[in-house]
Amino acid sequence: MKKFTKLTSAVVPLNIENIDTDQIIPARFLKATTREGFGENLFRDWRYENDNQPKADFVMNNPTYSGQILVAGKNFGCGSSREHAAWAIQDAGFDAVISSFFADIFKGNALNNGLLPIQVSDEFLAQIFKAVNNNPKSALEVDLENQTVTIIETGAQESFEINPYKKSCLINGYDDIDFILNQKQLIEAFEQAK
Amino acid sequence: MSKTLVEKIWDAHVVKSEEGFPDILYIDTHLIHEVTSPQAFDGLRKRGLPVFRPKQTVATADHNVPTLNQLLPIKEELSRYQVDMLTKNCAEFGVELYGLGHPFQGIVHVIGPELGITLPGKTMVCGDSHTSTHGAFGAIAFGIGTSQVEQVFATQCLLQSKPKTMKIEVNGELGKGVGAKDIILYIIAKISAAGGTGYFIEYAGSAIEALSMEARMTICNMSIEMGARGGLIAPDQTTFDYIKGREFAPAGEEWDKALAYWKTLYSDADAKFDSVLTFDAADIAPMITYGTNPGMGMGIQEHIPATGIQPEKEKLSYQKALDYMGFDDDSSLIGKPVDYVFIGSCTNSRIEDLREVAHFVKGKRKADNVTVWIVPGSKQVEQQAKNEGLDKIFEAAGFQLREPGCSACLGMNEDKIPAGKYCVSTSNRNFEGRQGQNARTLLASPLTAAAAAVTGKITDVRDLLEKVEG
Repeated sequence: MKKFTKLTSAVVPLNIENIDTDQIIPARFLKATTREGFGENLFRDWRYENDNQPKADFVMNNPTYSGQILVAGKNFGCGSSREHAAWAIQDAGFDAVISSFFADIFKGNALNNGLLPIQVSDEFLAQIFKAVNNNPKSALEVDLENQTVTIIETGAQESFEINPYKKSCLINGYDDIDFILNQKQLIEAFEQAK
Repeated sequence: MSKTLVEKIWDAHVVKSEEGFPDILYIDTHLIHEVTSPQAFDGLRKRGLPVFRPKQTVATADHNVPTLNQLLPIKEELSRYQVDMLTKNCAEFGVELYGLGHPFQGIVHVIGPELGITLPGKTMVCGDSHTSTHGAFGAIAFGIGTSQVEQVFATQCLLQSKPKTMKIEVNGELGKGVGAKDIILYIIAKISAAGGTGYFIEYAGSAIEALSMEARMTICNMSIEMGARGGLIAPDQTTFDYIKGREFAPAGEEWDKALAYWKTLYSDADAKFDSVLTFDAADIAPMITYGTNPGMGMGIQEHIPATGIQPEKEKLSYQKALDYMGFDDDSSLIGKPVDYVFIGSCTNSRIEDLREVAHFVKGKRKADNVTVWIVPGSKQVEQQAKNEGLDKIFEAAGFQLREPGCSACLGMNEDKIPAGKYCVSTSNRNFEGRQGQNARTLLASPLTAAAAAVTGKITDVRDLLEKVEG
């Protein structure tokens, strides 16, 4: 799994609430049997016209905005359990997603792929959107070790929560399977006792 | 110590619990389908691992399959490849597959219960968020991502933090024309599409206890639509009667042993929930959604809430949803013409749903402006419908009875709603583009969907019921 420690980057702001996984990656693109290549269809129907021309008003098509951090409104990733949503975001070059609220399954899927979901307060999220609105190149610093996110221009900082086990997985690039495989004997003993 | 039902089942499945780490939770049954499994099988190959407990794994093809001429090769190349890949993977790793042509094939959340695979007290997972359906039997059942599918393949376990618990009580009697789908759409409208996030929900109360197993499945199915990990209902005599005699249900001595255990599966009277909500069944009308998430629902006679009364930071998203739907705020949906009616999906494609629709439309005909698709949840449901002559009723009404699959719930196969068209759908999600690019979905119960099919417009089914009976 991809490691994550520290990241300083401008952001791509998507100030919409309840962005569901059908928007992130529509079902018709779930037919691939590998994990690669989903990035080109990230936010497909918001990003492209039917004839594949980019929609000028969508933020990812605006060259003013770039960066490895996606910032979105609350309840990001609701809906389907498709891990393809996390793969698509990562494949499009993002390493972190910031929102004031994440849907459970999406959050787990992101963590299992080294894509860091950062939950901040509504107020801090509004501050990020404001900073980017004032200056599209406004950058954030994400520090996983210290669990902080900072708006560099203003110095405003907020800390975020992450399960300590998941944190160490991200920092070291381990995944859950590596962890559980080491417990095989316990699992077999559990089955015996059942 | 007193425990909730979720805690009882959870604690019975913890292989290891350690401070600072998620629990290692043992999974009794792993259901898989063609869309979220190929990368997980690939992962096993890369690690050189087998499926650890193939006998506890069951596969079917549902998301991507055509609902017409299922025995012919799938025309769409990528869909065919994905379904073939499932067949190949199951053969290679020794997993039982109920694929196309098999009499047990169907939507994964329909076949588990009807085959007696879904049982009280089990832990069940599937790479599909509607796995919560199985909670209707008093099981802990929830959707997982593909990395977790691989995890369960490799170890029959999942790393999971124990969820918070919420109890939702619905008491009293439902009105005429109001069913399980209306209950759950009502709850989601009340608590929002994110109101259950982080929780496992136990549904209780006299209105829930009075429901059939299939109706209970409809309720638990949509738990995820309020963000909850899962939802369950304590098993009772209705549950036991449903299970007894099914294909893989315990029998003989095994049945007696299982039953004794199942009867211990309830939340203790003084068990603590992290949150408790109570609703009155009499307040619930037939429901319909007007927006682009399942929380945007209302009683069918109500007006779409005004944009002006939405919280300031939500106004933009709210108006965007209404614009997508082509609806004005503060307006009624009654009488609005519809183009498609879809009766199907893991929410409402079981035999009781089909019977209810058939009973309502018998002797009626669909309106000319509407295309009606009925997609049964499984081969067994399809066969049962034919045995009961429901197919003849649908045919006479101009409804198309198709073959089983997820179909227009998510439009991965050819069953897509065209751009701009309105579809009254018994499925679970009204997200933008869910049923086809720019398709507009209105979620409702099978009865409300059937009423729209007959009149060609959004209709309060209670008006038609009164005419029939009055």
